[in-house]
Amino acid sequence: MGRLEGKTALISGGARGQGAAEAALFAEEGANVVLTDVLDEEGERTADIIGGTFLHHDVTSEDEWAAVVARAVELHGGLDVLVNNAAIYSPRTLLEAEPDEFRRVIEVNQVGVYLGMREVAPVMIERGGGSIVNISSGAGMRAGSGGFAYAASKWAVRGMTKSAAVRLGRHGIRVNSIHPGLIDTVMLGETRIVQGGNLDRAVERIPLGRVGRPEEVARLALFLASDESAYSTGSEFIVDGGSLA
Amino acid sequence: MGRLEGKTALISGGARGQGAAEARLFAEEGANVVLTDVLDEEGERTADIIGGTFLHHDVTSEEEWAAAVARAVELHGGLDVLINNAGVYADVPLEGDPDDYRRVIEVNQFGVYLGMRAVAPVMIERGGGSIVNISSTAGMNGGASVAYTASKWAVRGMTKSAAVNLGRHGIRVNSIHPGPVDTPMIADTRMADTGLLDQLLQQHVPLGRMGQPEEVAKLALFLASDESSYSTGSEFVIDGGLLA
Repeated sequence: MGRLEGKTALISGGARGQGAAEAALFAEEGANVVLTDVLDEEGERTADIIGGTFLHHDVTSEDEWAAVVARAVELHGGLDVLVNNAAIYSPRTLLEAEPDEFRRVIEVNQVGVYLGMREVAPVMIERGGGSIVNISSGAGMRAGSGGFAYAASKWAVRGMTKSAAVRLGRHGIRVNSIHPGLIDTVMLGETRIVQGGNLDRAVERIPLGRVGRPEEVARLALFLASDESAYSTGSEFIVDGGSLA
Repeated sequence: MGRLEGKTALISGGARGQGAAEARLFAEEGANVVLTDVLDEEGERTADIIGGTFLHHDVTSEEEWAAAVARAVELHGGLDVLINNAGVYADVPLEGDPDDYRRVIEVNQFGVYLGMRAVAPVMIERGGGSIVNISSTAGMNGGASVAYTASKWAVRGMTKSAAVNLGRHGIRVNSIHPGPVDTPMIADTRMADTGLLDQLLQQHVPLGRMGQPEEVAKLALFLASDESSYSTGSEFVIDGGLLA
Protein backbone atom coordinates (compact mmCIF):
# COMPACT_ATOMS: atom_id res chain seq x y z
CA MET A 1 0.00 0.00 0.00
CA GLY A 2 1.23 3.47 -0.82
CA ARG A 3 2.44 5.68 2.00
CA LEU A 4 -0.15 8.36 1.05
CA GLU A 5 -2.94 5.99 0.01
CA GLY A 6 -6.33 7.66 0.11
CA LYS A 7 -4.93 11.12 0.83
CA THR A 8 -5.33 14.23 -1.29
CA ALA A 9 -2.38 16.60 -1.66
CA LEU A 10 -2.22 20.10 -3.08
CA ILE A 11 1.25 21.15 -4.26
CA SER A 12 1.87 24.74 -5.28
CA GLY A 13 4.60 25.40 -7.82
CA GLY A 14 4.20 21.80 -8.97
CA ALA A 15 4.95 22.30 -12.67
CA ARG A 16 8.68 21.63 -12.45
CA GLY A 17 11.66 21.23 -10.12
CA GLN A 18 11.05 20.13 -6.55
CA GLY A 19 7.29 20.60 -6.83
CA ALA A 20 7.10 18.25 -9.81
CA ALA A 21 9.29 15.68 -8.02
CA GLU A 22 6.98 15.84 -5.01
CA ALA A 23 3.91 15.51 -7.22
CA ALA A 24 5.39 12.44 -8.95
CA LEU A 25 6.43 10.72 -5.72
CA PHE A 26 3.15 11.49 -3.92
CA ALA A 27 1.16 10.08 -6.85
CA GLU A 28 3.34 6.94 -6.83
CA GLU A 29 2.57 6.57 -3.14
CA GLY A 30 -1.15 6.59 -3.76
CA ALA A 31 -2.15 10.22 -3.22
CA ASN A 32 -4.62 12.18 -5.30
CA VAL A 33 -2.40 15.01 -6.46
CA VAL A 34 -3.56 18.50 -7.41
CA LEU A 35 -0.62 20.55 -8.60
CA THR A 36 -0.82 24.27 -9.21
CA ASP A 37 1.46 26.80 -10.89
CA VAL A 38 1.55 29.88 -13.08
CA LEU A 39 3.42 27.82 -15.71
CA ASP A 40 0.42 26.34 -17.52
CA GLU A 41 2.11 24.32 -20.22
CA GLU A 42 4.67 22.64 -17.94
CA GLY A 43 2.00 22.15 -15.28
CA GLU A 44 -0.37 20.38 -17.66
CA ARG A 45 2.46 18.17 -18.90
CA THR A 46 3.55 17.20 -15.38
CA ALA A 47 -0.02 16.45 -14.36
CA ASP A 48 -0.49 14.25 -17.44
CA ILE A 49 2.68 12.28 -16.73
CA ILE A 50 1.94 11.63 -13.06
CA GLY A 51 -1.83 11.21 -13.37
CA GLY A 52 -2.76 14.29 -11.34
CA THR A 53 -4.75 17.45 -11.90
CA PHE A 54 -3.22 20.79 -12.89
CA LEU A 55 -4.79 24.09 -11.89
CA HIS A 56 -3.57 27.54 -12.88
CA HIS A 57 -2.75 29.37 -9.65
CA ASP A 58 -1.05 32.58 -8.67
CA VAL A 59 -0.24 32.05 -4.97
CA THR A 60 -0.39 35.77 -4.24
CA SER A 61 -4.12 35.80 -4.94
CA GLU A 62 -6.54 35.04 -2.13
CA ASP A 63 -9.28 34.34 -4.66
CA GLU A 64 -7.18 31.87 -6.58
CA TRP A 65 -6.26 30.04 -3.36
CA ALA A 66 -9.97 29.77 -2.53
CA ALA A 67 -10.67 28.44 -6.03
CA VAL A 68 -7.94 25.76 -6.08
CA VAL A 69 -8.77 24.49 -2.59
CA ALA A 70 -12.47 24.34 -3.46
CA ARG A 71 -11.65 22.45 -6.66
CA ALA A 72 -9.42 19.95 -4.86
CA VAL A 73 -12.18 19.28 -2.34
CA GLU A 74 -14.75 18.97 -5.11
CA LEU A 75 -12.56 16.49 -6.99
CA HIS A 76 -11.47 14.33 -4.07
CA GLY A 77 -13.85 15.03 -1.17
CA GLY A 78 -11.30 16.78 1.04
CA LEU A 79 -7.70 17.81 1.47
CA ASP A 80 -5.08 16.17 3.70
CA VAL A 81 -1.77 17.65 2.60
CA LEU A 82 -0.63 21.07 1.45
CA VAL A 83 2.91 21.52 0.18
CA ASN A 84 3.60 25.25 0.00
CA ASN A 85 6.34 24.92 -2.58
CA ALA A 86 5.86 27.84 -5.00
CA ALA A 87 8.65 30.42 -4.79
CA ILE A 88 10.80 32.79 -6.77
CA TYR A 89 14.41 33.81 -6.30
CA SER A 90 16.22 37.11 -6.49
CA PRO A 91 19.99 37.21 -6.02
CA ARG A 92 20.08 40.90 -5.11
CA THR A 93 21.41 42.15 -1.79
CA LEU A 94 19.94 44.72 0.59
CA LEU A 95 21.26 47.72 -1.31
CA GLU A 96 20.98 46.25 -4.80
CA ALA A 97 17.29 45.40 -4.69
CA GLU A 98 14.59 48.03 -5.19
CA PRO A 99 11.72 47.96 -2.71
CA ASP A 100 9.36 46.82 -5.47
CA GLU A 101 11.46 43.76 -6.11
CA PHE A 102 11.65 43.08 -2.38
CA ARG A 103 7.86 43.28 -2.17
CA ARG A 104 7.46 40.93 -5.12
CA VAL A 105 9.61 38.21 -3.53
CA ILE A 106 7.85 38.58 -0.18
CA GLU A 107 4.47 38.51 -1.91
CA VAL A 108 5.13 35.15 -3.60
CA ASN A 109 7.39 33.36 -1.09
CA GLN A 110 5.87 34.61 2.14
CA VAL A 111 2.35 35.98 1.61
CA GLY A 112 1.71 33.05 -0.74
CA VAL A 113 2.56 30.57 2.04
CA TYR A 114 0.46 32.50 4.53
CA LEU A 115 -2.55 32.56 2.20
CA GLY A 116 -2.16 28.85 1.54
CA MET A 117 -2.16 27.90 5.23
CA ARG A 118 -5.07 30.27 5.85
CA GLU A 119 -7.11 28.70 3.08
CA VAL A 120 -6.56 25.02 3.87
CA ALA A 121 -6.79 25.21 7.66
CA PRO A 122 -10.64 25.31 7.85
CA VAL A 123 -10.90 22.40 5.40
CA MET A 124 -8.39 20.35 7.40
CA ILE A 125 -10.04 21.26 10.72
CA GLU A 126 -13.33 19.97 9.37
CA ARG A 127 -11.59 16.78 8.24
CA GLY A 128 -10.04 16.29 11.68
CA GLY A 129 -6.42 16.89 10.73
CA GLY A 130 -3.84 17.27 8.02
CA SER A 131 -0.22 18.03 7.24
CA ILE A 132 1.15 21.30 5.91
CA VAL A 133 4.70 21.30 4.58
CA ASN A 134 6.22 24.70 3.92
CA ILE A 135 9.31 24.83 1.73
CA SER A 136 11.75 27.25 3.33
CA SER A 137 15.46 27.07 2.54
CA GLY A 138 18.94 26.85 3.97
CA ALA A 139 18.67 30.65 3.62
CA GLY A 140 15.94 30.47 6.29
CA MET A 141 18.47 29.01 8.75
CA ARG A 142 21.48 31.16 7.94
CA ALA A 143 21.06 34.19 5.70
CA GLY A 144 24.51 33.85 4.19
CA SER A 145 25.52 35.94 1.21
CA GLY A 146 22.52 35.10 -1.00
CA GLY A 147 19.58 37.26 -1.98
CA PHE A 148 18.26 39.55 0.73
CA ALA A 149 14.55 39.39 -0.03
CA TYR A 150 14.77 35.62 -0.52
CA ALA A 151 16.39 35.14 2.91
CA ALA A 152 13.81 37.45 4.53
CA SER A 153 10.95 35.51 3.00
CA LYS A 154 12.39 32.12 3.98
CA TRP A 155 12.99 33.18 7.60
CA ALA A 156 9.38 34.35 7.69
CA VAL A 157 8.21 30.97 6.40
CA ARG A 158 10.20 29.28 9.15
CA GLY A 159 8.58 31.47 11.81
CA MET A 160 5.06 31.21 10.43
CA THR A 161 5.43 27.44 10.41
CA LYS A 162 5.97 27.42 14.17
CA SER A 163 3.18 29.89 14.85
CA ALA A 164 0.74 27.91 12.73
CA ALA A 165 1.84 24.63 14.33
CA VAL A 166 1.07 25.94 17.81
CA ARG A 167 -2.29 27.27 16.65
CA LEU A 168 -3.40 24.23 14.66
CA GLY A 169 -1.96 21.38 16.76
CA ARG A 170 -5.15 20.82 18.71
CA HIS A 171 -6.99 20.28 15.46
CA GLY A 172 -4.61 17.48 14.48
CA ILE A 173 -2.96 19.62 11.84
CA ARG A 174 0.84 19.41 11.71
CA VAL A 175 2.94 22.16 10.13
CA ASN A 176 6.66 21.74 9.38
CA SER A 177 9.24 23.44 7.21
CA ILE A 178 11.79 21.92 4.85
CA HIS A 179 15.13 23.64 4.33
CA PRO A 180 16.84 22.49 1.15
CA GLY A 181 20.40 23.47 0.40
CA LEU A 182 21.73 23.55 -3.16
CA ILE A 183 19.35 21.44 -5.25
CA ASP A 184 19.65 20.74 -8.97
CA THR A 185 16.65 22.77 -10.21
CA VAL A 186 16.04 25.71 -12.50
CA MET A 187 16.23 28.01 -9.48
CA LEU A 188 19.81 26.93 -8.76
CA GLY A 189 20.87 28.66 -11.97
CA GLU A 190 19.43 31.94 -10.68
CA THR A 191 21.35 31.94 -7.40
CA ARG A 192 24.17 34.29 -6.57
CA ILE A 193 26.50 31.32 -6.26
CA VAL A 194 25.94 30.09 -9.81
CA GLN A 195 25.63 33.58 -11.32
CA GLY A 196 28.97 34.44 -9.80
CA GLY A 197 30.58 31.27 -11.18
CA ASN A 198 31.21 29.87 -7.70
CA LEU A 199 29.27 26.61 -7.81
CA ASP A 200 32.34 24.35 -7.81
CA ARG A 201 33.77 26.09 -4.79
CA ALA A 202 30.42 25.93 -3.01
CA VAL A 203 30.06 22.21 -3.69
CA GLU A 204 33.56 21.67 -2.38
CA ARG A 205 32.36 23.00 0.97
CA ILE A 206 29.35 20.66 1.16
CA PRO A 207 30.23 17.64 3.34
CA LEU A 208 28.49 15.24 0.95
CA GLY A 209 30.37 16.93 -1.92
CA ARG A 210 27.49 17.32 -4.37
CA VAL A 211 24.25 19.20 -5.00
CA GLY A 212 21.01 17.48 -4.06
CA ARG A 213 18.38 16.10 -6.42
CA PRO A 214 14.74 17.22 -6.38
CA GLU A 215 13.75 13.60 -5.63
CA GLU A 216 15.72 13.73 -2.38
CA VAL A 217 13.71 16.72 -1.21
CA ALA A 218 10.54 14.96 -2.32
CA ARG A 219 11.30 11.97 -0.06
CA LEU A 220 11.55 14.26 2.95
CA ALA A 221 8.29 15.98 1.93
CA LEU A 222 6.70 12.53 1.67
CA PHE A 223 7.81 11.65 5.20
CA LEU A 224 6.35 14.89 6.56
CA ALA A 225 3.15 14.65 4.51
CA SER A 226 2.47 11.09 5.65
CA ASP A 227 1.36 9.77 9.04
CA GLU A 228 4.91 8.47 9.58
CA SER A 229 5.75 11.88 11.06
CA ALA A 230 2.62 11.99 13.26
CA TYR A 231 4.42 13.42 16.33
CA SER A 232 6.50 16.07 14.53
CA THR A 233 5.15 19.58 14.16
CA GLY A 234 6.48 23.14 14.23
CA SER A 235 10.00 22.08 13.34
CA GLU A 236 12.67 22.50 10.67
CA PHE A 237 13.79 19.59 8.48
CA ILE A 238 17.04 20.19 6.64
CA VAL A 239 18.16 18.49 3.41
CA ASP A 240 21.40 20.22 2.43
CA GLY A 241 24.17 17.64 2.23
CA GLY A 242 25.54 18.99 5.51
CA SER A 243 26.03 22.61 4.39
CA LEU A 244 24.76 24.00 7.70
CA ALA A 245 26.53 21.46 9.94
CA MET B 1 10.71 -4.63 -0.64
CA GLY B 2 11.61 -3.37 2.82
CA ARG B 3 13.01 0.10 3.21
CA LEU B 4 16.17 -1.30 4.85
CA GLU B 5 16.45 -4.48 2.78
CA GLY B 6 19.97 -5.91 2.84
CA LYS B 7 21.24 -3.44 5.42
CA THR B 8 22.70 -4.24 8.82
CA ALA B 9 21.85 -2.00 11.78
CA LEU B 10 23.34 -1.85 15.24
CA ILE B 11 21.06 -0.30 17.87
CA SER B 12 22.42 0.48 21.33
CA GLY B 13 19.95 0.47 24.20
CA GLY B 14 17.73 -1.76 22.12
CA ALA B 15 16.24 -3.87 24.91
CA ARG B 16 13.20 -1.69 25.55
CA GLY B 17 11.56 1.67 24.87
CA GLN B 18 12.55 3.58 21.74
CA GLY B 19 15.48 1.28 21.00
CA ALA B 20 13.22 -1.79 20.96
CA ALA B 21 10.68 0.00 18.75
CA GLU B 22 13.46 0.90 16.33
CA ALA B 23 14.79 -2.67 16.36
CA ARG B 24 11.33 -4.05 15.61
CA LEU B 25 10.57 -1.59 12.77
CA PHE B 26 14.01 -1.99 11.20
CA ALA B 27 13.64 -5.79 11.22
CA GLU B 28 10.19 -5.46 9.65
CA GLU B 29 11.75 -3.33 6.93
CA GLY B 30 14.26 -6.01 6.07
CA ALA B 31 17.34 -5.03 8.09
CA ASN B 32 19.63 -7.42 9.93
CA VAL B 33 19.32 -6.05 13.45
CA VAL B 34 21.93 -6.32 16.18
CA LEU B 35 20.62 -4.80 19.38
CA THR B 36 22.78 -4.16 22.39
CA ASP B 37 22.07 -3.23 25.99
CA VAL B 38 23.13 -3.79 29.59
CA LEU B 39 19.66 -5.26 30.24
CA ASP B 40 20.34 -8.86 29.23
CA GLU B 41 17.01 -10.48 29.92
CA GLU B 42 14.91 -7.82 28.18
CA GLY B 43 17.43 -7.60 25.36
CA GLU B 44 17.31 -11.35 24.68
CA ARG B 45 13.52 -11.29 24.73
CA THR B 46 13.31 -8.34 22.30
CA ALA B 47 15.82 -9.98 19.95
CA ASP B 48 13.81 -13.23 20.02
CA ILE B 49 10.57 -11.45 19.18
CA ILE B 50 11.93 -9.41 16.28
CA GLY B 51 14.33 -12.03 14.92
CA GLY B 52 17.52 -10.10 15.67
CA THR B 53 20.69 -10.68 17.65
CA PHE B 54 21.24 -9.42 21.20
CA LEU B 55 24.67 -8.55 22.52
CA HIS B 56 25.53 -7.47 26.04
CA HIS B 57 27.11 -4.04 25.73
CA ASP B 58 28.10 -1.27 28.07
CA VAL B 59 28.42 1.78 25.79
CA THR B 60 30.99 3.40 28.08
CA SER B 61 33.51 0.66 27.25
CA GLU B 62 35.73 1.06 24.21
CA GLU B 63 36.43 -2.69 24.23
CA GLU B 64 32.77 -3.59 24.31
CA TRP B 65 32.10 -1.26 21.36
CA ALA B 66 34.89 -2.96 19.43
CA ALA B 67 33.45 -6.38 20.27
CA ALA B 68 29.86 -5.47 19.35
CA VAL B 69 30.87 -3.95 16.01
CA ALA B 70 33.18 -6.87 15.20
CA ARG B 71 30.40 -9.35 15.99
CA ALA B 72 27.89 -7.47 13.80
CA VAL B 73 30.34 -7.48 10.90
CA GLU B 74 31.11 -11.16 11.46
CA LEU B 75 27.40 -12.04 11.45
CA HIS B 76 26.31 -9.93 8.49
CA GLY B 77 29.41 -8.98 6.53
CA GLY B 78 29.34 -5.29 7.35
CA LEU B 79 27.48 -2.48 9.06
CA ASP B 80 25.34 0.20 7.40
CA VAL B 81 23.47 1.83 10.25
CA LEU B 82 24.30 2.76 13.82
CA ILE B 83 21.59 4.05 16.14
CA ASN B 84 23.26 5.57 19.17
CA ASN B 85 20.18 5.20 21.32
CA ALA B 86 21.44 4.11 24.74
CA GLY B 87 20.89 6.86 27.28
CA VAL B 88 20.13 7.46 30.92
CA TYR B 89 18.32 10.24 32.70
CA ALA B 90 19.27 11.61 36.09
CA ASP B 91 17.96 14.82 37.54
CA VAL B 92 21.33 16.36 38.38
CA PRO B 93 20.97 20.04 39.26
CA LEU B 94 23.89 22.43 39.03
CA GLU B 95 24.51 22.13 42.78
CA GLY B 96 24.36 18.30 42.57
CA ASP B 97 27.09 15.68 42.94
CA PRO B 98 29.81 15.84 40.23
CA ASP B 99 29.97 12.04 40.22
CA ASP B 100 26.30 11.90 39.19
CA TYR B 101 27.06 14.44 36.48
CA ARG B 102 30.00 12.38 35.20
CA ARG B 103 27.93 9.18 35.12
CA VAL B 104 25.32 10.76 32.80
CA ILE B 105 28.01 12.23 30.54
CA GLU B 106 29.80 8.91 30.42
CA VAL B 107 26.78 7.03 29.05
CA ASN B 108 24.98 9.67 26.99
CA GLN B 109 27.93 11.55 25.55
CA PHE B 110 31.04 9.39 25.77
CA GLY B 111 28.96 6.35 24.71
CA VAL B 112 27.83 8.14 21.53
CA TYR B 113 31.35 9.30 20.77
CA LEU B 114 32.79 5.80 21.20
CA GLY B 115 30.04 4.38 19.00
CA MET B 116 30.77 6.77 16.13
CA ARG B 117 34.48 6.14 16.55
CA ALA B 118 34.02 2.37 16.44
CA VAL B 119 31.77 2.22 13.38
CA ALA B 120 33.34 4.94 11.19
CA PRO B 121 36.24 2.81 9.86
CA VAL B 122 33.88 -0.07 9.07
CA MET B 123 31.50 2.26 7.23
CA ILE B 124 34.35 3.99 5.38
CA GLU B 125 35.51 0.60 4.15
CA ARG B 126 31.95 -0.19 3.04
CA GLY B 127 31.71 3.13 1.16
CA GLY B 128 29.10 4.77 3.34
CA GLY B 129 26.51 4.46 6.07
CA SER B 130 24.09 6.30 8.29
CA ILE B 131 24.62 7.17 11.94
CA VAL B 132 21.60 8.35 13.92
CA ASN B 133 22.31 9.85 17.32
CA ILE B 134 19.40 10.12 19.74
CA SER B 135 19.60 13.52 21.40
CA SER B 136 16.54 15.16 22.97
CA THR B 137 14.56 18.38 23.09
CA ALA B 138 16.86 18.97 26.09
CA GLY B 139 19.57 19.31 23.42
CA MET B 140 17.68 22.25 21.91
CA ASN B 141 16.93 24.27 25.07
CA GLY B 142 17.81 24.18 28.75
CA GLY B 143 16.34 21.19 30.59
CA ALA B 144 16.00 20.65 34.34
CA SER B 145 19.02 18.37 34.66
CA VAL B 146 22.30 20.11 33.87
CA ALA B 147 23.94 16.73 33.24
CA TYR B 148 21.28 15.42 30.86
CA THR B 149 21.08 18.78 29.08
CA ALA B 150 24.86 18.98 28.66
CA SER B 151 25.08 15.44 27.31
CA LYS B 152 22.30 15.98 24.78
CA TRP B 153 23.71 19.32 23.56
CA ALA B 154 27.06 17.59 23.19
CA VAL B 155 25.44 14.85 21.10
CA ARG B 156 23.92 17.53 18.88
CA GLY B 157 27.30 19.20 18.41
CA MET B 158 29.24 15.97 17.89
CA THR B 159 26.69 14.99 15.24
CA LYS B 160 27.54 18.08 13.19
CA SER B 161 31.27 17.71 13.66
CA ALA B 162 31.18 14.04 12.66
CA ALA B 163 28.95 14.83 9.67
CA VAL B 164 31.46 17.35 8.34
CA ASN B 165 34.28 14.87 8.87
CA LEU B 166 32.61 11.80 7.43
CA GLY B 167 30.55 13.31 4.60
CA ARG B 168 33.20 12.67 1.96
CA HIS B 169 33.12 9.00 2.88
CA GLY B 170 29.40 8.80 2.17
CA ILE B 171 28.58 8.54 5.87
CA ARG B 172 25.65 10.65 7.03
CA VAL B 173 25.23 11.62 10.69
CA ASN B 174 22.03 13.17 12.06
CA SER B 175 20.44 13.67 15.46
CA ILE B 176 16.88 12.98 16.60
CA HIS B 177 15.35 15.16 19.30
CA PRO B 178 12.33 13.51 20.91
CA GLY B 179 10.11 15.41 23.31
CA PRO B 180 7.95 13.57 25.87
CA VAL B 181 7.74 9.96 24.66
CA ASP B 182 5.94 7.17 26.46
CA THR B 183 8.92 5.03 27.54
CA PRO B 184 10.34 3.69 30.81
CA MET B 185 12.65 6.74 30.95
CA ILE B 186 9.68 9.00 31.71
CA ALA B 187 9.59 7.39 35.16
CA ASP B 188 13.08 8.78 35.89
CA THR B 189 12.10 12.36 35.07
CA ARG B 190 9.95 14.99 36.74
CA MET B 191 7.24 13.86 34.33
CA ALA B 192 6.76 10.75 36.50
CA ASP B 193 4.42 13.11 38.38
CA THR B 194 1.32 12.66 36.23
CA GLY B 195 0.00 16.06 37.32
CA LEU B 196 3.10 17.75 35.91
CA LEU B 197 2.99 15.61 32.78
CA ASP B 198 -0.66 16.49 32.11
CA GLN B 199 0.12 20.16 32.63
CA LEU B 200 3.02 20.00 30.18
CA LEU B 201 0.96 18.19 27.57
CA GLN B 202 -2.05 20.48 27.89
CA GLN B 203 -0.20 23.78 28.06
CA HIS B 204 2.95 23.30 26.03
CA VAL B 205 2.51 20.46 23.56
CA PRO B 206 0.40 21.60 20.58
CA LEU B 207 -0.52 18.02 19.70
CA GLY B 208 -1.64 17.56 23.34
CA ARG B 209 -0.23 14.08 23.93
CA MET B 210 2.96 12.11 24.50
CA GLY B 211 4.68 10.54 21.53
CA GLN B 212 4.89 6.78 21.11
CA PRO B 213 8.22 4.94 20.70
CA GLU B 214 6.95 3.69 17.32
CA GLU B 215 6.70 7.29 16.11
CA VAL B 216 10.34 7.97 16.96
CA ALA B 217 11.23 4.69 15.26
CA LYS B 218 9.62 5.89 12.00
CA LEU B 219 11.82 8.98 12.01
CA ALA B 220 14.89 6.85 12.77
CA LEU B 221 13.92 4.60 9.84
CA PHE B 222 13.74 7.60 7.50
CA LEU B 223 17.21 8.74 8.59
CA ALA B 224 18.71 5.23 8.54
CA SER B 225 17.45 4.54 5.02
CA ASP B 226 18.60 5.97 1.69
CA GLU B 227 15.40 8.08 1.61
CA SER B 228 17.32 10.75 3.53
CA SER B 229 20.36 10.54 1.25
CA TYR B 230 20.98 14.33 1.12
CA SER B 231 20.46 15.07 4.83
CA THR B 232 23.43 15.10 7.16
CA GLY B 233 24.62 17.07 10.18
CA SER B 234 21.14 18.19 11.09
CA GLU B 235 18.57 17.99 13.89
CA PHE B 236 15.29 16.15 13.44
CA VAL B 237 12.76 17.11 16.10
CA ILE B 238 9.83 14.91 17.13
CA ASP B 239 8.14 16.58 20.08
CA GLY B 240 4.48 17.21 19.25
CA GLY B 241 5.37 20.88 18.76
CA LEU B 242 6.85 21.48 22.24
CA LEU B 243 9.69 23.62 20.89
CA ALA B 244 7.62 25.49 18.28
